[in-house]
Formats: sequence, structure tokens, C-alpha cells
Amino acid sequence: MQFRVTGLTATALGAGLFAPGMAAAQTLDVSVTIPRLTVAEYHRPYVAIWVEKEGGPKQTLAVWYDVDLKNNEGTKWLRDIRQWWRASGRTMRFPAAGVTGATKAPGTHKVSFRPKLGAGNYTLVVEAAREVGGRELVRIPFSLPKGGTARAAGKSELGAVTLTVKR
Amino acid sequence: MKLRNILIATAVAAVAIPASVQAHRQWMLPSMTVVSGEGADVWVTVDAAVSNDLFYFEHQPLRAEPLVMLPDGSAGEVKNKAQGRYRTTFDVQIQQRGTYKIFYASEGVMGTYKLNGEEKRLPRGTTADKLASVIPAGATDVRTTTASNRNEIFVTAGEPTSTVFKPVGKGIELVPVTHPNDLVMGEDATFQFLLDGKPTPDLTVTVIPGGIRYRDQLNQQDLKTGADGKVTVKWGEPGMYWVNVTTPRPARAEGAPPAPGGRRASYVTTLEVMAP
Repeated sequence: MQFRVTGLTATALGAGLFAPGMAAAQTLDVSVTIPRLTVAEYHRPYVAIWVEKEGGPKQTLAVWYDVDLKNNEGTKWLRDIRQWWRASGRTMRFPAAGVTGATKAPGTHKVSFRPKLGAGNYTLVVEAAREVGGRELVRIPFSLPKGGTARAAGKSELGAVTLTVKR
Repeated sequence: MKLRNILIATAVAAVAIPASVQAHRQWMLPSMTVVSGEGADVWVTVDAAVSNDLFYFEHQPLRAEPLVMLPDGSAGEVKNKAQGRYRTTFDVQIQQRGTYKIFYASEGVMGTYKLNGEEKRLPRGTTADKLASVIPAGATDVRTTTASNRNEIFVTAGEPTSTVFKPVGKGIELVPVTHPNDLVMGEDATFQFLLDGKPTPDLTVTVIPGGIRYRDQLNQQDLKTGADGKVTVKWGEPGMYWVNVTTPRPARAEGAPPAPGGRRASYVTTLEVMAP
């Protein structure tokens, strides 16, 4: 699955044009595998994907949660993605246009982001929390403006996570 | 803490705390402290009790009337309150973003006087405004101690805020250096304590993790506030912690009444330390 966040893209491009010292707009291609689990009661995990600048701000790229429940009830469990909640989620409103989306089935999901990021050291973080299940977090460090591909994998709630930085 | 010390502490507490809550450990335990949810149906439920073990219901329910301060500083509402044999339970609906305070506080006066050569004690539950009416004419050697008691817990929806920490200047109060709803295992937390509105050194700070029933050691930390009234706590594990801050209590014979003529205050909060 691939989706572009057009609003963010426009912002990132605009910043690239007008902010001197800003890295050229880059694309973060992220591939997240949600493992197929054999459990009596399975619910798709809540997943947050965000970027932390070394010693700097944290920016949410995507949140997958139960967006379709009545009265926005799915937001009640966002706190269970607990590191993300503290890093960024608690400052946000939900749903957030261009950031939040429905939970995803087991399998590999490819998403692309064009966040506004300057040169520096970053960590991409993917955190998954599953109703009546566990929670896991995978971190992938990367540097800008360098491109390249990095991989990590979870052991329980997340499978392989791959990050490709393209300039 | 050795059993003997617990007994002494308990005896002190029995005198210092108004009749509604005597002895043992009093506490309020929220169902959660870090809240998300944009819907209209988000609630926190609170258990409140007085017990030996933390946080188990095995002695007395809380009998005080808890209050709610909303993140904007206005008064909120306690709903669905019920008092059982061992615990009181109530709900607070979360409709604003920010930090809520759920609390009760009281102040009382205790002391002694002499009448016709005989020493008498002030009745339990005496308050400062009734002091004149409970001391009979002709009493001499009047010695009184004001005792303040405060118990408060915090719950935050969205980002932590600080309006509810505005001190009222009575008894012991907490001023966050670290926000009480932003606690994570592996990060030390610092709090400042005020007595009657002033940062106060040498307050006794007791920190005990919940779950006492299933371990042999209390794992109690005995700390003191520093010169600026601040104390730093290192967490041993994630979970709920009982924190009790009191004015220093000099050692004395078991069962003896405290010497009147001073200021006595106690503060209790329950803090949730999240796993990283």
C-alpha cells in the first residue's frame, strides 16, 4: 500500500525552497511488517511511526488506530502506544488529517513520507500496541542529508521494518 | 520500616489526622493517570481507602469528600460515588484537556489545657474557628498544634498542564519540577514541597511502591526535602507509588501524645511511573 500526504509534501517542498540551510526535500520510504499471530482474540495493532531529531523535536508521521468507531472511541487507547504518546501523541488532536489512518492487517505495508527535516541525526521509531496483546518498539537511526537503506526487526508485535531515505 | 516504627508512625497519624481518617495508610488510586481519548465518554475511576498494604482494600473506606479541580482551575464533579465496607469508589469524567487534580484537604487543631490543675485535651475534630468555644473560661497552659492533612492525585488528558498546582498556602503542597503525570522508569523525578506556601527543608518523604502483598520487603525510600524544599526520587520499577510527606516527627514513647505547640502537616499522593 502506498499513499502520499499531499499537504505535507507541499509544505516540505515550500520549506525546501524558502529556508536556507534546509536539506533538500527527501522521501522516507518505510516498510512495516505486522506479524500474523495465532491467538484466540486478535485485534489489529495500533501503530505509530515518528521521527526524532537527535536532541530535538519529535514529529509524528503516521498513526493507525480504530478511526471508525462511534464518538471517536478508538482514541481512548492511543495512550497504549506509550512512548509515542509521550513523545508526540499527547500534543495532537484526533483524527489528524494526513497523519491518522485505519489499523492495518497482518502483512507488509509500505508508506512514504516527505517530512520537513534539516540535516542532522535522526531516529525513525515504529511502535505497535495490540488490544489484549503486547507492545513493541523498533528504532532505526539515520542521518540527513545522506540517503540509504536501514533495517531492523521486532520480535513480537512487529516484524521487519525497513527505512529507505531518498533525496 | 520496622514494625515498631510503623506503630509509632501510626500512633502519630492517629492524632494528627482528623477523625474521619485515622491511622494506617490513606490513599486514592486512579484507574489511570495518562489519558487519551477525544470522545465524550472518557472516564477515570478512583478507589480510595485506608489500609496497611498498598494498594489493597482491607481496613477502612475513605470517608472524606473528594473534590475535583479541572485543568482550567474550576471545580469539577465527583460522580457515581459509593462507599463499601473497605473502599470508596468514584468516577471523574474527562472532558477537558490538561491536568486534573482529585483531592481532599482538612485542617484541625489539637492540644491541651489545664483546668483546676487537671490537664485536658481538646476534643477530636476541633477546627481553628471553634478553638475559642472549646476552651473553657479559666483554662491555663493552653498549648495547641495545627494539623493539616492533604491527599491529592493527578490525571492528565493530552499534554500535562500546571494550573492545578497553584498553591493555596495551607499545609503541605506539591510543586512540580517533574510533572507528576510525566514519570517514566529510568528518569529521576524531582518535586518541590511547600509548607504553608513556603519551600521547606527537612520534610520527611516516604515513597513506597504498590504491590506490597506479593513481596517480602517494603522497598520503602526514606527521603528528606533539601534546602529548597526539593526532593529527587529514583524509581525502582514502573507502577503505582504511594508518596507521603510530613513535617518531621520527633521520636517519643510509644502511645504518648505528641508534644503540642507546633505545626503538623501530612501530604499523600499516588504517582504512576510508566514503563519506558
